[in-house]
Amino acid sequence: MIMNSLYYQKKLSRNVGDKFFTSLSVFCALIAILPLIFVVTYILIKGGAQITPELFTLEPNPPGDDLDAGGINPALIGTLVITTIASIIAIPVGVGGGIYLAEYSNGGSFSKFIRFGVNVLAGVPSIIAGVFIYALIVSTKILFGSMYSGFAGGMALSILMLPTVIKTTDEGLKLVPNELRYASLGIGASMYTTILKITLPTAFRSIATGVVLGIARAAGETAPLIFTALFSYYYIVGFEDLFYEMGSLAVLIYNFALEPYDAQNKLAWAASFILVISILTVNIFSRIFAAFTETTKRV
Amino acid sequence: MEEKLTLFKNRKRFGIEKNIDLIFKNTTLALSSLVAIVLFGIILVVFFQSFESFSRYGLNFLVTSEWNPVKDEYGAFTAIYGTLVTSLLSLLITIPLGVGTAIFITEDFVPKFVREIVGSFVELLAAIPSVVLGLWAIFVMEPFFREFFVFLHKFFGWIPLFSSEPAGRNSLLAIIILVVMLLPIVTSIARDSLNQVPKKLRNASYGIGASRWKTIFSVILPAALSGIMAGVLLALGRAMGETMAVTMIIGNSNVFSWSLLSPGYTISSMLANQFGEADGSQVSSLFYAAFVLMILSLVVNIFAQWLVKKFSLKY
Repeated sequence: MIMNSLYYQKKLSRNVGDKFFTSLSVFCALIAILPLIFVVTYILIKGGAQITPELFTLEPNPPGDDLDAGGINPALIGTLVITTIASIIAIPVGVGGGIYLAEYSNGGSFSKFIRFGVNVLAGVPSIIAGVFIYALIVSTKILFGSMYSGFAGGMALSILMLPTVIKTTDEGLKLVPNELRYASLGIGASMYTTILKITLPTAFRSIATGVVLGIARAAGETAPLIFTALFSYYYIVGFEDLFYEMGSLAVLIYNFALEPYDAQNKLAWAASFILVISILTVNIFSRIFAAFTETTKRV
Repeated sequence: MEEKLTLFKNRKRFGIEKNIDLIFKNTTLALSSLVAIVLFGIILVVFFQSFESFSRYGLNFLVTSEWNPVKDEYGAFTAIYGTLVTSLLSLLITIPLGVGTAIFITEDFVPKFVREIVGSFVELLAAIPSVVLGLWAIFVMEPFFREFFVFLHKFFGWIPLFSSEPAGRNSLLAIIILVVMLLPIVTSIARDSLNQVPKKLRNASYGIGASRWKTIFSVILPAALSGIMAGVLLALGRAMGETMAVTMIIGNSNVFSWSLLSPGYTISSMLANQFGEADGSQVSSLFYAAFVLMILSLVVNIFAQWLVKKFSLKY
């Protein structure tokens, strides 16, 4: 009898309870991965079926009774243009700010305040960034009298990218061992030479990974664009188009998903296909890249 | 010795090099200050733009639900109520699901690579743009749940939350899509804080004979609680500000209803719908609503950060 108590007893209430909670936890995990599988499968099937060469070259037709919806060229180019503008603004500001936080500040109240501000800014709803740019640029027509413009859209997106870029720069630089800095300063290099030639290149991979993920995230943002960049059905041909309404894949999906016509809905699926495939590719590759660098780290 | 030191003292950098250094430092200082400027800029701009509406309606704006551009009467109660109800209810569903998944990932029920795959799947879910989830919700999720909602109304119609005939787009669908969006946030933060619980706590608990789940419930979860709470609050902030998927599926109706099966409204979906074509005092009222949303999410976020700071050094 005493020997028996050392064996695993299936019917003991603690073992039954453990089994129950373990299966509950497995159940939770299954539910958690279901949405991704469902969303990606539907987009691959429904969106993949719409992919044709014309999709990339034609303008979308305005919603109506005609069956042919056209292509998504302006939206595709618009997304590239708007994200590029956002990156051009957010990356220098973010990397510069991150350098100050990691290299110059000594944990004083200013840097604490800025780090706090970065976290708060990261939590500001994306639509508020749109509202802010609307008040600042669109309604005041401050940009050469243009109202809704691709440029305004890019600025709204840059507000959303900024916290990500600062955070990844700050954290990436903090991982650089201090010995490298001492060595560089010790042989007489100035602070900015040390940062630009030693610490930034060392942290480049982790910063680049974070920044690329931030760009991918911004490319899918819709809320800040719907009343800053608005939407356009026409090709982007020249530089001056920056200061007019500009389409983007995200806004195209939003607008065309709510249209009652099947042709437009199909275009929305096609745009989702392109958007999701590119975002997932970037994410998966940067994940593999990060895992790879982790195992081969030299310093 | 003395001589050598003075030799070093006299070795000075060239003026130009020193200046470049100083300029570089001050540029980075200015760039990092820009974060604070943008943050305060957002708060001030939204506040001043909403001032006209604020002085006209005062706090009444928050408790009346008339939204009539023709009569120039504005009150955002329906939208505020919708924001709070959708975010809180979706959070209520997400917390057990997310924490359960996080436990699955941090415990060793299955081999490590399976857990890693589940973990990265959940994180990839966070990368799917909200507007794509909205599209999916309209064309796939809504037809899927249609029958279920009819059933829900038929048998639980006596509960006020299910008292209306299910509409094609309604608040309950918005709550479900919010669960999908919050799950990655809660799961990844809960996983991180569960991972941070020291191994010796677990070993001590096993050592005195506690079973696995007794250990999880009485030792590991309490130790990770502050991190999980912070993650939950961050998710709440995200849920309140979430715009696209919710706007596409909630039905956008300003008519107040207790029922989750009827169309609703949230502050962010109101902004998304009306901002583009609003004029006159409607713009100011929309800014007022945006200000309310911003304050709500700021309070939640700041509280979350405070919680992290207060409890993160426990171990």
